Amino acid sequence: MKRVYVNEEWCLGCHLCEYNCAFANSGLKDMADALKGKNIFPRIHVEGDEKISYAVSCRHCEDPLCIKSCIAGAISKVDGIVTVDRSKCVGCMTCILVCPYGALALGEEGTMQKCELCAKNSCGEPACVTGCPNKAIVFEDRG
Amino acid sequence: MNEYVIIGNSIAAVGCVEGIRKYDKEGKITILSKENHKVYARPLISYYLEKKTDLQRINYRSGSFYEDEKVELLLGESAAKIDTASKKVLTDSGKEIPYTKVCVATGSSPFVPPMEGLENVEKKFSFMTIDDSLELEKTIDKTSRVLIVGAGLIGLKCAEGIKDLAGSITVCDLADRVLSSILDAECAAFVQKGLEANGIEFFLSDSVAKFEANKAYMKSGKEVDFDVLVLAIGVRANISLIKDIGGETNRGIVINEKSETSIPDVYAAGDCAEGFDSSIGAKRVLALLPNAYMQGHAAGVNMAGGEEVFDKAIPMNSIGFFGTHIMTAGTYEGEMIEEKDDVTLKRFFVKDNKLVGYMLINDVGRAGIYTSLVREKVSLDTVDFELLKKVATTFAFSKENRGKKFGGVV
Repeated sequence: MKRVYVNEEWCLGCHLCEYNCAFANSGLKDMADALKGKNIFPRIHVEGDEKISYAVSCRHCEDPLCIKSCIAGAISKVDGIVTVDRSKCVGCMTCILVCPYGALALGEEGTMQKCELCAKNSCGEPACVTGCPNKAIVFEDRG
Repeated sequence: MNEYVIIGNSIAAVGCVEGIRKYDKEGKITILSKENHKVYARPLISYYLEKKTDLQRINYRSGSFYEDEKVELLLGESAAKIDTASKKVLTDSGKEIPYTKVCVATGSSPFVPPMEGLENVEKKFSFMTIDDSLELEKTIDKTSRVLIVGAGLIGLKCAEGIKDLAGSITVCDLADRVLSSILDAECAAFVQKGLEANGIEFFLSDSVAKFEANKAYMKSGKEVDFDVLVLAIGVRANISLIKDIGGETNRGIVINEKSETSIPDVYAAGDCAEGFDSSIGAKRVLALLPNAYMQGHAAGVNMAGGEEVFDKAIPMNSIGFFGTHIMTAGTYEGEMIEEKDDVTLKRFFVKDNKLVGYMLINDVGRAGIYTSLVREKVSLDTVDFELLKKVATTFAFSKENRGKKFGGVV
């Protein structure tokens, strides 16, 4: 299936993916309404230092520890996409305890959120990919 | 056609079903459930009292789980004996259920030591099941003074759960600190302060000498008046089905990395089982939900003829109280490295150049990066540990390692 991959050599560390992600998942039509003056809760995070950077989001593992570990049974795979049922999540953070990639974080409402490849929002294709100015983030099938 | 019987209907049982169905879509699966409920997220019984979940959302799997997985669920049915000669599970109600492979996933039961006068206490509860939670909800009101015996994970989650329902909450424990199974003295003191700020009163290094109907006389000489008593002293693995037929048991039912017991075609998983803990290199009961699922899953795969080894179990907990969040993993041996400020406390334990354990309070973001170092026994030479102490980041891994993690399918 297609997943999000980041090329360290191309990532500028501009953090635009984080803003595009937060906007895409806000449900709002206007980017300023969604982001201006607000704490944003993106599902992709740029890591690194001044020289090297790259963005990290859910790997949609073949055998996800988060699903097996979720104490609420709130995480499942839907068409290959690791998906959180936020109505069931109680914010216990056991998924954070087990994810080796640090790909999950609490959202604004205190329940867990993670990259779901923009499958549930109106983007169609991951917003981090379409908005990346240097094409460092790609949406590809690598097996 | 294979006939699978699973004794127990909680998380390990679900793992077992999902493991079986990866390899055998048609075999008959029968689940015996002592509790009269479809599988629910057991650790959420305290969240139910806080109204962070309800009787619908607490279901661990969808309403059609048993149908979808072609499982016959026998509610209110307990196993009396596994007859290995005839390969049948005999139930309390007299049913005889033939099995090709059977998985014991019977969990644990509250342990209550003999205590003088306990029989005089009318309103006393354990805190292990959704029925316990429902009964507590019915019993407790704003005038209730609640005494909880046990300052472990169960007792303290109960305290948090009933905080807004009860009048007052007192917790006592023989141990000198809260959460003594997962926290050292300093971390426990940090957490206890937060609980006390939320009105929970503690009697530590103390225990009940004698009960009257509404009063506990403590060994220290203090007295605690109460209306409702919750006993959260500890749990015992339910091992009798295997012990009775001569299978290997210790504190739990002894299993190998394939979740096999010492008896052919009999598997065990979850809180009743004693499997390999890779953090200590020995077997012990690790009564944790992720382990229950993974042991159950390994059992199911192996029962259905596949091959799955679960040999990476470690102790690990993520637990919060009134906004203070704690994560712990592994063992607390070797050199302790501390990072702290006014509101956060992190302790890492390094031995033989490996991170063997940690305790984190209020700075828990991305802690799975640390857990993976413990679980995978990563040599600290290969990571930037100076950076990791400050912040959990994958940037601490080498470029090559990052390429593996992020460049392909994992």
